[in-house]
Amino acid sequence: MERKIYLDHNATTPVHPEVLEAMLPFYQEGFGNASSIHSFGREAKVALEESREKVAKFLNADPLEIYFTSGGTESDNLAVKGVAWANKKKGNHIITSQIEHHAVLESCKFLEKEGYETTYLPVDKYGLVDHDELKKSIKRETVLVSIMHANNEVGTIQPIAELAGLAKEKGVYFHTDAVQSTGKMKIDVNELNVDMLSLSAHKFYGPKGVGALYIRRGVRLTPLAHGGHHEKSRRAGTENVPGIVGLAKALEIAHSDMQEEERRLKSLTETFFKKVTERIPDIFLNGHPVLRIPNTLNLSFKGVEGESIILNLDLKGIGVASGSACTSGSLEPSHVLSAMRVPGDLAQSSLRFSFGRSNTVDDVAYVVEVLPEIISKLRAMSPIYQK
Amino acid sequence: MAYSAKVMEHFQNPRNVGEIENPDGVGEIGNPVCGDIMKLYIRVKDDRVVDAKFKTFGCGAAIATSSMITELVKNKTLEEAEKISRQSVAEALDGLPANKMHCSNLAADALHKAIEDYKNRKKKNE
Repeated sequence: MERKIYLDHNATTPVHPEVLEAMLPFYQEGFGNASSIHSFGREAKVALEESREKVAKFLNADPLEIYFTSGGTESDNLAVKGVAWANKKKGNHIITSQIEHHAVLESCKFLEKEGYETTYLPVDKYGLVDHDELKKSIKRETVLVSIMHANNEVGTIQPIAELAGLAKEKGVYFHTDAVQSTGKMKIDVNELNVDMLSLSAHKFYGPKGVGALYIRRGVRLTPLAHGGHHEKSRRAGTENVPGIVGLAKALEIAHSDMQEEERRLKSLTETFFKKVTERIPDIFLNGHPVLRIPNTLNLSFKGVEGESIILNLDLKGIGVASGSACTSGSLEPSHVLSAMRVPGDLAQSSLRFSFGRSNTVDDVAYVVEVLPEIISKLRAMSPIYQK
Repeated sequence: MAYSAKVMEHFQNPRNVGEIENPDGVGEIGNPVCGDIMKLYIRVKDDRVVDAKFKTFGCGAAIATSSMITELVKNKTLEEAEKISRQSVAEALDGLPANKMHCSNLAADALHKAIEDYKNRKKKNE
């Protein structure tokens, strides 16, 4: 049988068997609507509230501050648009960074059409937002700062507590998109000092289509969807109970062996980086050398375009992602790498390896075995690569 | 995104990769937006393209179209070669995904540039 190695865990992860097992009862026997008064509804309601408590515990939040959504995109939209709309009287200025997920960037762009103004903070070559830049950008009209915790493409972790502290001093709400860090590292909303935090279940072995937004008590926010009184009227719509149960279970599993898994993934990515750079010349690391989520390695292979490497690796059963224009969907290279001032041809040559639970040292050995031949074949074809 | 079997075949086994020493014409073309670069070398004898080689930095479609055009152009008269279009390259590959039709289909442009280069060199030598 052909060997299959999945190295794209930042895109999505498979549902953990124990997560699926926890979810299944709520599709049939426990199918009730959590808003119903009868026993069917009460059973669903109990599962919903137990899940909320679990999620709150892992984030060090109060259960009343956890709002379930359809995923990271909705959580980001709710935080950004919701705060902007509810605080219109105070001001119309939002601060974010140039390397945010499109769910945040596009929400800001949408608000600009309504008359809001956005400052997109630059980052340094490692992808870090500058503390002083943020400080300078906060003004009287600023209602929200939204800066992601860990970047999905390069894995760089922002000093959120410090950045949020600056916003707090000025009485400005702070949101962080923690979609890539949740489940991979400890998340404590009080240590991070944030008012809102987005997370998504399918990034940590939970189901797709379910996420959450932590909203600190007292934050004023307008809902996106109007309807019933679900989620304290901040997110109308019958709750996705099986999904929410899955999200909570997945978070519980992530926390059961988090430190061990962090160490294991870090060692895998380090071994991979060492071996691959030993065997292939002219490789550049994108992202912070140390302040990075443990599973993510973004590398540029000089002189070779990303999609052409992906296709070759795919033929060998290996799944990875790239920041090249062809794979971004926008016909332009990754906005993250551009913001980090990675030269255009190297952005085109980037590959993102994101490791996860299924990966072993054998996988590393296999990729290290097949990659040199692919790169040298493509480099021989490249008009811009000189040995 | 799905490439045709023919695109994948050319991508995996590209024909005529490399450079021609002292070529009669060279066409280089780049896509300023996505960053693809293609360099096409031709050898011309008696107004006929007798050899073509390429080097390409680009995605699967960019490599496959480069490979395909070197096959299409061989032994064609210059007049015939000038008629090879983006469309004819895509058709010879059993089609390209819609989003690749424009960005990664530069081979015909590179060929036309190479022929132009050949003609300019010839004029200079006359």
